Amino acid sequence: MNTTLKVARYEGSNVLKSRWMLVYTLFFLSASYGLLRFAGSGTKALLSLMSVVLFLVPLVTAVYGTVYLYSAREFTELLLAQPVKRWQLFTGLYLGLTVPLSLGLAAGVSLPFFVSGFDEPGLAGTLAVLVLSGVALTSVFIAFAFLIALRYDDRLRGLGAAIGLWLVLSLLYDGLVLFLVAAFGDYPLERAVLGLTLANPVDLARVMLLLRFDISALMGYTGAVFQRFFGGSAGALLAAMMLGLWVTAPVALGLRAFRRKDF
Amino acid sequence: MIEVNDLEKRFGALHVLRGIDLTMGSGRVTAVVGPNGAGKTTLIKIILGLTRADSGIVRIDGKSVGADDDYRSRIGYMPQIGRFPENLSALDLMAFLRELRGSDGSADEELVERLRLGDELRKPIRTLSGGTRQKVNAVLAFLFRPEILILDEPTVGLDPISSGIVKDKILAERGAGRTVVLTSHIMSDLEELADDVAFLADGRIGYAGTLFDLKRITRQNNLERAVAAMMTWGKAA
Repeated sequence: MNTTLKVARYEGSNVLKSRWMLVYTLFFLSASYGLLRFAGSGTKALLSLMSVVLFLVPLVTAVYGTVYLYSAREFTELLLAQPVKRWQLFTGLYLGLTVPLSLGLAAGVSLPFFVSGFDEPGLAGTLAVLVLSGVALTSVFIAFAFLIALRYDDRLRGLGAAIGLWLVLSLLYDGLVLFLVAAFGDYPLERAVLGLTLANPVDLARVMLLLRFDISALMGYTGAVFQRFFGGSAGALLAAMMLGLWVTAPVALGLRAFRRKDF
Repeated sequence: MIEVNDLEKRFGALHVLRGIDLTMGSGRVTAVVGPNGAGKTTLIKIILGLTRADSGIVRIDGKSVGADDDYRSRIGYMPQIGRFPENLSALDLMAFLRELRGSDGSADEELVERLRLGDELRKPIRTLSGGTRQKVNAVLAFLFRPEILILDEPTVGLDPISSGIVKDKILAERGAGRTVVLTSHIMSDLEELADDVAFLADGRIGYAGTLFDLKRITRQNNLERAVAAMMTWGKAA
């Protein structure tokens, strides 16, 4: 087994056994079960779950990832003193955190659906897109968390930066887009908004999910433009590539910082 | 044997190491001492490859340490604070490090037995007391029979019995021809263990030689007073 996988296996087993992990999984499990039970239909439950996932996954993974790397600082130093390459250690640490958190999310969200069955058309596909979006956001925000923890030695500043990043990408960004749409409502903004959506991983995940729910008609002309763009294979490919870029860019930057860092 | 030549390191405006030349011989215990901020930790971290020097060379048994990471399989490192993944057991940690080092030889479990870790090895680290974690920390450093031991405050947090066991182990390893590098603020420990002393102040070597000569030069009869004398001379100079 190569070194990255060895590190990922032990670090992952540490994360899987943590109470945090249990709480995280149980939260999604109960949210999914509760919504499925009281929303009336699987599709409605998924729509509500989408809001929960898009809101919480970036916050929890950004904060947990930052705190995790800070608390692993001394052990990381001990691992660096072993005959391992820095890139192997970094990728091992990254996978050791991303894989368990993704598994917890996937299990928590989907188990109730597997129990109740997929009797509505398209339900399984939408659930799959929701889980994949959650996994993508987990990968993106843990990468950002690592980047932040490597950039700031001061834990408080790092934690502030992680919460700030979440605040910007999850809340302020949408406010800015809304402001632009309101201020320049007389102009054809569809393409600009499309571009802005691609430039934020949370929005990208949200739009890809909303289009699965057949409610894009509610978004008027913009909805139609989005439906045409993301509904086509080229648009979907571009969206998937952009999400991929949102994962690889911070991972690459984090790796660069990790290789250069003086511990 | 560890040789360090003309080692330079700056952190921004801070000039931490200013041309360090030092040899730490095999079969000897070298104590690295000096006031806080003198560069002791940075020197050790550069030898371990945790920190990169701006210039200078580190050689292990005559071979220059560069981009190759394999040399670390010959080093056992005991950090000052034993903080490990909370939900793994000491046995998990031992297996983890064994896999990383690709060690297939028999492990040195003398400390496991003598420190009476027994059942503690199977419990999650989070349930262990600070002292027990420090024992695990010591066990991990000696486990793979490394030729070089780098021990940062190895007796801190240990009870007198455990501290004595670890010190006995250090002396036994020295007897077996290993290179041991130590830092400690407990001068009586260093006095008991060290053959050689490297005194660092303001990023420079103030003294490197035997403990015996240091006491002779400073005309003091114990290490604590000898180091204090060196620090006073450093300020006066």
